[in-house]
Amino acid sequence: MVRLVVDNRQIETEEGATVLQACLDNGIYIPNLCYLKEMDSPPGSCRLCLVEVDGYNQPITSCTIKVKEGMIVKTNTEHVRRLQRTAFELLLSVHHVDCRRCPANRSCELQRIAKYLHLGVKLKRFEQLERRVKIVQDHPCLEYVPSRCVLCGRCIFMCQRENGQAMLSFARRGLDTVISFFGEGDKARATCGQCYACVEACPVAALLIRNAHSQ
Amino acid sequence: MNQNSKEKLNGVFASIKAEADRRFKQMKGDDRHNIFIGMATCGLASGAMEVRAAFEEALSETKVNAHIIPVGCLGHCYAEPLVIVDKPGSPPILYHDMTPGKARLLVKAFLEEGDPVFEHVLGAMEENDTIPSVLEFPRFSRENKIVMANSGVIDPEDVYQYIERGGYWALVKALTLAPEEIIEEILESGLRGRGGAGFLTGLKWRLVRDAREEDKIIICNADEGDPGAYMDRALLESNPHQVIEGIAIAAYAVGARRAIIYVRAEYPLAVKMIKNAIDQSKEIGLLGKGILGTNFDLDISVFQGSGAFVCGEETALIQSIQGKRGMPQPRPPYPSQRGLWGKPTVVNNVKSMASIPPIIEHGARWFRGIGTAKTPGTAIFSVVGNILHAGLVEIPMGVTLRVLIFDICGGIPDKKKFKAVQIGGPSGGCLPETFLDTQVDFDSLTEAGAMMGSGGMVVMDEDACMVDVARYFLDFTQKESCGKCTFCRIGTKHLLDILERITRGEGREGDIELLEDLSLDIREGSLCGLGKTAPNPVLTTVKYFRDEYEAHVREKRCPSMMCRALIAYYIDLEACARGCDACVGSCPTESIFTTEDRKKAIDQTSCVRCGECMTSCPPEYNAVRKVSPPALAPKIERPREG
Repeated sequence: MVRLVVDNRQIETEEGATVLQACLDNGIYIPNLCYLKEMDSPPGSCRLCLVEVDGYNQPITSCTIKVKEGMIVKTNTEHVRRLQRTAFELLLSVHHVDCRRCPANRSCELQRIAKYLHLGVKLKRFEQLERRVKIVQDHPCLEYVPSRCVLCGRCIFMCQRENGQAMLSFARRGLDTVISFFGEGDKARATCGQCYACVEACPVAALLIRNAHSQ
Repeated sequence: MNQNSKEKLNGVFASIKAEADRRFKQMKGDDRHNIFIGMATCGLASGAMEVRAAFEEALSETKVNAHIIPVGCLGHCYAEPLVIVDKPGSPPILYHDMTPGKARLLVKAFLEEGDPVFEHVLGAMEENDTIPSVLEFPRFSRENKIVMANSGVIDPEDVYQYIERGGYWALVKALTLAPEEIIEEILESGLRGRGGAGFLTGLKWRLVRDAREEDKIIICNADEGDPGAYMDRALLESNPHQVIEGIAIAAYAVGARRAIIYVRAEYPLAVKMIKNAIDQSKEIGLLGKGILGTNFDLDISVFQGSGAFVCGEETALIQSIQGKRGMPQPRPPYPSQRGLWGKPTVVNNVKSMASIPPIIEHGARWFRGIGTAKTPGTAIFSVVGNILHAGLVEIPMGVTLRVLIFDICGGIPDKKKFKAVQIGGPSGGCLPETFLDTQVDFDSLTEAGAMMGSGGMVVMDEDACMVDVARYFLDFTQKESCGKCTFCRIGTKHLLDILERITRGEGREGDIELLEDLSLDIREGSLCGLGKTAPNPVLTTVKYFRDEYEAHVREKRCPSMMCRALIAYYIDLEACARGCDACVGSCPTESIFTTEDRKKAIDQTSCVRCGECMTSCPPEYNAVRKVSPPALAPKIERPREG
């Protein structure tokens, strides 16, 4: 077991665990979107789980750093909060906020983070960005709503894990990045194990099970 | 791997060297004329192919014994196509801005009749009594070519020309040393990675050598993607063997048997040259199984990247070779611990690799004698933009920007004033005049807010609008973001949107502060180097040219009069000549009309501010004026038709 101090509280965790996992296991919440417990090497892409660790001169992502005996971690410094707030506002600036009609309402990770950081879900500093997203909506069993997607990549990871090979992938670059699937544009080639692990893993209801009637 | 017997190795290499010498002697034969034509991409783009065809045609009609030897790039892009004519009895002469006509002239006048045609000469390649030597020019005398020493003077497709000039001797020497000794030598030399980060090359090698995993890999990073930087391409096109030799020494030192050169597919000539060079070296036993009779094997392959900027980042590059989407990965683990296919991997830039053979040949102490204490060696810059002598320059580290821009590269053309220099590509920073005495080396440039990066350097004169410059670079990084992490994917787009807003004259109070805050957060929060450095052009321009930003936002004025939405053209009725209509035809939107007293005026409602009228107005009148903000232009109503 490894002992570390998080926000002046001593916690214990298994060797080899990430700081983020150690905190979550001990009831200390750190905002995160792209992390899943099952990941060996988390992508570190959402940039929300930042913490300050003694010995590092600036905040680092707690999902990519392993616990060490005697480590001193702070999850709530001014610096950490500033970066988290900006990251959250950036994500919100490409998110179509329509909580009332969203299937993720009440179970949405963005709502949870907003509450935790004492932020609203309304943009103040930044303007809403329009993404030039034209997505072929012809997956045989999934529906993808890019305007909700936060590109955490959890769906891709779960698909890989469940099926041995990911049938979902990132496509395009920059702001136009979307989740795509193999066989896009050709229903016959699209494969899906229909395990719906991706839908389960999505933090914002951007991936849904396609309703047979909603063509 | 134990070191190999010196005698045996020298013996094996001696026969290869002898063949190189034999060929050289043949080339330098008594009455043989040699015409070296710069045929790297820069030369080709300026018409080297046509020049070559003209030489061939003219030579077919003469009895002079002359041979054409295609060579690479000398670095003097401003003077391309370049040709060196080596005539027996005369020093080799460098001719600039060659055309097919000049080629025919040279064959007739110089080769046949012995007149060197002084008016087209740039200089002689060596000291002599008749023609000024290029060595007297600051460009040549202040340069110190280590990496580019053979570029532009040897045929990149002929391994023997490289060997004749001492090539592969360092590899022979390295093979007689213990791998640990080589690493020690490289560490001692203080060579820092020339890809931009400036990490000690020797240390990287040691980490990989010491890694437990048996199978190790070398990657040479030639995924050069900065706008305006092309030294890696020039090097691969001009002297691929020096890079290969460096890779071979690196592989021997760390214990790798496989090496990959990652080069972008948009560099077809570089790909061709490097592949050809690998084949040639293999053929004569300098690569492949049992190199030079030792038990050292090395297989080098070429991997063509698809041109994503982010793939120059080492972890993204590794993903790309593995067939995955080029997205950076969190470090640690570093590639030296777990790189390509999970194996310890050295990733070194082309210039770092090409620096290795000279260090091994002349020793660490010699290398330390060049450049500064903290950054020994040379730096290669591609100096472009508003500069008289644009091109590739290899200088010792520590030379000041002033010397580089004004002495070596000739300064700013058209008597304009220097305004800023963007160093390190889109991830670098813009430095103003007050920084001209900054030395070029990793630490000084970083301290100033720019960075060495890959060595791209864009010089800007007084006409450049710094807000627009920042917008240009952000447009690039934003498009090239891989889309993985939040700060880079979304943050850079916001930066770009705000900058565009400001250049359109829609800047708001608070925009400048928002740019600064967001830039700092992107810098600290991003996952990889691309994101961390993307805000640099914004941060440095706001820091050093804040008044320009304020003029845009508060007064809706562009001080450099570059932002179209913030300028207007009008015709000074005092200066305009009655009856002249030179400007009318030049206007693409028919916005110029005749006033009641038969002079010209511009209809501001339809003018697109292209500036054509200003260009076409005869210099003796010079009546078109450009102003910012647009409200300064006097309003003249277009008279009603009919």
